[in-house]
Amino acid sequence: MDISFISKAILFAPLAGSISAGFIARRFSNSFAHWTTIIPLAFAFFLSCYLFYIFVVNNEQSSEITLYSWFSISNFTFELGLLIDKLTVVMISVVSLISLLVHIYSIGYMKDDPGYCRFFSYISLFTFAMLLLVMANNFLQLFIGWEAVGLVSYLLIGFWFTKESAIRANLKAFLINRVGDLGFLLGISAIFIIAGDLNYNAVFTAAGQMSAISYEILPGHSYSMITIICVLLFIGAMGKSAQVPLHAWLPDSMEGPTPISALIHAATMVTAGIFMVTRLSPLFEYSDTALNLLLIVGSITAFFMGLVGIVQNDIKRIVAYSTLSQLGYMTVALGASAYTFAFFHLLTHAFFKSLLFLAAGSVIIALHHEQDIRKMGGLKKFMPITYWTFLVGCLALVGMPGFSGFFSKDLIIEAVRVSELSMSGFAYALVLSGVFVTTLYTFRMFFLVFHGEEKHNISHASVVKEPSFPILAPLCLLAVGSLFSGYFIEPFIVKETFMDSIQVSAEHSAPLGMIESAYQNVFVFIAHGFMLPAFLLLLLGFLTAYLIYIKNINISFFKKYTSWVQYILVRKFGFDYFYEEVVTACAKKLGLLLSKYSDQKIIDGCVNGAAGVIRFFSLRARTIQTGYLYHYAFAMAVGLVVLLFVVIFNLRVQ
Amino acid sequence: MQNYILSSLISIPIFGGILILFFKEYSKTLAFLVSLIVFVLSIILLTKFDLSNPSFQFVEKFSWIDIFDIYYHVGVDGLSLPFIILSTFITLIVVIASPDPIKGNLNQYFAAFLILEGLLIGVFSALDSILFYVFFEGILIPMFLIIGLWGGNNRIYATVKFFLYTFFGSIFFLVSLIYMYTQTATFDLATLQNIKFSTQEQIFIFLGFLIAFAVKIPMWPVHTWLPDAHVEAPTGGSVILAAVLLKIGGYGLVRFNLPITPDASFMLDWVVILFSLIAIIYIAFVALAQQDMKKLIAYSSIAHMGFVTLGVFIVFRIVETTNAIEIANMSLTGAMIQMVSHGFISAALFLCVGVLYNRKHTRMIEDYGGVINVMPKFGAFFIFFALANAGLPGTSGFVGEFMIIMSVFSVSFWYAFAAGTTLVLAAAYSLWLVKRVVFGEIKIEHPEIHEFQDLNKNEFTALFLLAIAVLFFGLWPAPLAEIFELSIESIISDIFLAKLSIG
Repeated sequence: MDISFISKAILFAPLAGSISAGFIARRFSNSFAHWTTIIPLAFAFFLSCYLFYIFVVNNEQSSEITLYSWFSISNFTFELGLLIDKLTVVMISVVSLISLLVHIYSIGYMKDDPGYCRFFSYISLFTFAMLLLVMANNFLQLFIGWEAVGLVSYLLIGFWFTKESAIRANLKAFLINRVGDLGFLLGISAIFIIAGDLNYNAVFTAAGQMSAISYEILPGHSYSMITIICVLLFIGAMGKSAQVPLHAWLPDSMEGPTPISALIHAATMVTAGIFMVTRLSPLFEYSDTALNLLLIVGSITAFFMGLVGIVQNDIKRIVAYSTLSQLGYMTVALGASAYTFAFFHLLTHAFFKSLLFLAAGSVIIALHHEQDIRKMGGLKKFMPITYWTFLVGCLALVGMPGFSGFFSKDLIIEAVRVSELSMSGFAYALVLSGVFVTTLYTFRMFFLVFHGEEKHNISHASVVKEPSFPILAPLCLLAVGSLFSGYFIEPFIVKETFMDSIQVSAEHSAPLGMIESAYQNVFVFIAHGFMLPAFLLLLLGFLTAYLIYIKNINISFFKKYTSWVQYILVRKFGFDYFYEEVVTACAKKLGLLLSKYSDQKIIDGCVNGAAGVIRFFSLRARTIQTGYLYHYAFAMAVGLVVLLFVVIFNLRVQ
Repeated sequence: MQNYILSSLISIPIFGGILILFFKEYSKTLAFLVSLIVFVLSIILLTKFDLSNPSFQFVEKFSWIDIFDIYYHVGVDGLSLPFIILSTFITLIVVIASPDPIKGNLNQYFAAFLILEGLLIGVFSALDSILFYVFFEGILIPMFLIIGLWGGNNRIYATVKFFLYTFFGSIFFLVSLIYMYTQTATFDLATLQNIKFSTQEQIFIFLGFLIAFAVKIPMWPVHTWLPDAHVEAPTGGSVILAAVLLKIGGYGLVRFNLPITPDASFMLDWVVILFSLIAIIYIAFVALAQQDMKKLIAYSSIAHMGFVTLGVFIVFRIVETTNAIEIANMSLTGAMIQMVSHGFISAALFLCVGVLYNRKHTRMIEDYGGVINVMPKFGAFFIFFALANAGLPGTSGFVGEFMIIMSVFSVSFWYAFAAGTTLVLAAAYSLWLVKRVVFGEIKIEHPEIHEFQDLNKNEFTALFLLAIAVLFFGLWPAPLAEIFELSIESIISDIFLAKLSIG
């Protein structure tokens, strides 16, 4: 089988499943809906594994496949096509794997939902869109996939469309993402104008040319074109990967069904921005300004969104804030030019974060859709499997040495420490303190949910039990992934692995070089992990959570002095207030103002005024038309005389 | 047959329409048959059209008014062909989706639409400027009747406003034509395009054309007739108005303004660019504030047409700043594709409003909510077309905007940014509409929504066909671009290589 055929099969299998589940399944049964999506997806997953094998293990050269010519005019051609290289195959393997597990999980989770077929159709459509994005070899297709995943996210956040909070959240998500997309589209436009093409390779070749052009964006402020392009592209990434200040949609997206939160809003779609920057490393490497921006935005997101996680009480929202924070870590890694580390964290995060979400979903199902952690507690003895898998997820998230999150996060912190960019010090301080914050909110959640006294309704306690097999099986598999995926660290450290896809310029290669030369093997790496400041912070965070939530030590004196901090955190730094009360309200007011005054009073006033003037004269003119023949005859005579004079006058002039 | 295909396309619907006036009983079947025949004929036209030939094809020329040298002269090129097919397609859709509850006689209603169709095809194929003018004005009559006879309560105000506005515009157009005749003694479009008027003459001719077409398209600030006309028009009237009539404005700008008055266009393009950008942003905010679904979609049309005028008139700046004629081609193609796409999308959205109106007899957004609970098929279509209206990639709404934003970027980042705000604003007003009308619980105040029937067969077919078109040209715009390509290239190269020397 050739690569071209396999790649196309991987891409289109989920689409076929989606169409089948969406249009046909309703006539049959619910089980038809899940089989018709899971079988093609499993097929796609196995083919991805095959590609993984031939590319990563056998070191196959990257290849490009043209799908079709989308549009051509004059000498510009926009072709859709696939770029299959190591970066792609690793990503599609993970996407199809997580998607497959989430499909299976959903059989249990969505069991009694009336929108069962629709749900499966959507998530398979999502998988298709995500694969389209990941496999693209050009910016057009990247953008199409980018918007398509956003569309499915919109549909799925609003899956329960009678819920007011859900349909608010999906509108918000779409609009905030669109702000990012505006930047992204402008970035693509800039690229096209300079490179004359949207194919990655052609654009990368023109990168040098882009950095040579300077563009005056405001009078007196000119920047290198490549900086403008990278910043614009990053604005797109900020929307999709929920970086401050375009992050506010992600916590609200938790209104969607939990499997979606795991698949779209944790493991795959939100990492599209990270993937995009990784893929476009040949551009970002030219712009220190853009990389510094990544460091700033990423570290702010990593630290401050983690802080918000501490005061949340909805189990899914806590995990969502932790996703924001982890995406911040990835962005920081990108800023430090440690693209492979960001990608590595993306992969490990995909496992442990979808594990956390699915385990949280298991809790939610067991408690009959209770999501408030203050009403949980003591679930350990009722749900042992969920408990242990959740614990694995938590340990991986906080970066406990030996668990997957440790490897990738440790690499990121080290890379930032070594980075020579001007903002790396700032970023280092924040990502390092972020470890404490992460541990604190993670174990706060963990203890409140599984330990302590049972706060949920006692009458329910007897029926609280582990959910069915389709829910538990994915949990266990993901727990295995969260435990062991970190041990594949070596390819991400060795520079050669992704050399085809990722470029790091000489002046930014210090972090990678240092780590590569210091690295011996996985076990030394783990042992070293225990001696790092990050581990100390982790312990500190764990201890704090333990003392407060298990030992229940009195912290009221502390709370008293920090009430203002809490005030800010509970309001999530005011972003939601700003977007909803200021931006939205102003837009509506402005619309009303323009509609009522400018359009109806001024413009239409003029139009109707002009009509009024005409009416005034026509009313006068009408009186002339009396209907009497002799009046008309008289007028004709006068007219003729005047005409005669004109003619004669003209003749005499000539 | 092939020689008279255009005349057949013009005359079959007109005579068919007149014929229907005599058949009260089977008017819908007859109207369907006529519009189907015309549509099939237009597809035959498409298949026989030679894509490699940039000049006019299927040309017919007969002397009409000898002493003024006026001809019945018709023909198509790549620029007009898509609009002819758009006209026949949309008329077919309108006939399929009718009747909505209309007062008065169904056969007269269909007759008006068929006659309108013939006149529309006439406008897009006329090669003699007086013939164009006659069709251009003639269109007002059936449209006037459609709104005035079958419209809403305030229809008299709307029709008079519609008529006077557009008539006011076209007077200046006629004056320009007559002036050119006094200078050149011809009304022939191709001849006029080859004559170089002095810059001062061009400015006056340009303004005369611009007023006519700006009202038609409509461009800010002469747009206020459109929301009123839409609100009062019956569903079919709104569909044809938004989908085809507005396009005459954009078509006219490219057919008349650019080739006949290139210097004046180059000199005054900033006016149009400014108005277009205002339209895109200002009108989007106005759309956001609308309470009436039809008004909202009408304003959205104006904003989308802002992209068309922007794409058409930015070409001068593109060539001036980048010297790249190819980007100018792309921009103009984008503008034309935007028009075709808007034809499908706006038609579908007005049909959707019509579907709701038929069930509840109100167009107010607040009177709905949770419609998808009882009308899942309708809800799916509505969401789809709203997303297309917001320019989602994969739908035709994306293609033109993408081309135009990319081209505009070559002139200025800020122009592209201003145009690009539509990404956010169009999504805001389209999806907020979806949220309020389609999603949510059925409100207690409106229990009658529980009784709504989902789409009937006619409504479904009409929306389905439009959805196919939107999806097809979104996923594969290449064929449409190919039809436009040569004609647009020849217009652009004529302007920049032969007539103007800039860049």
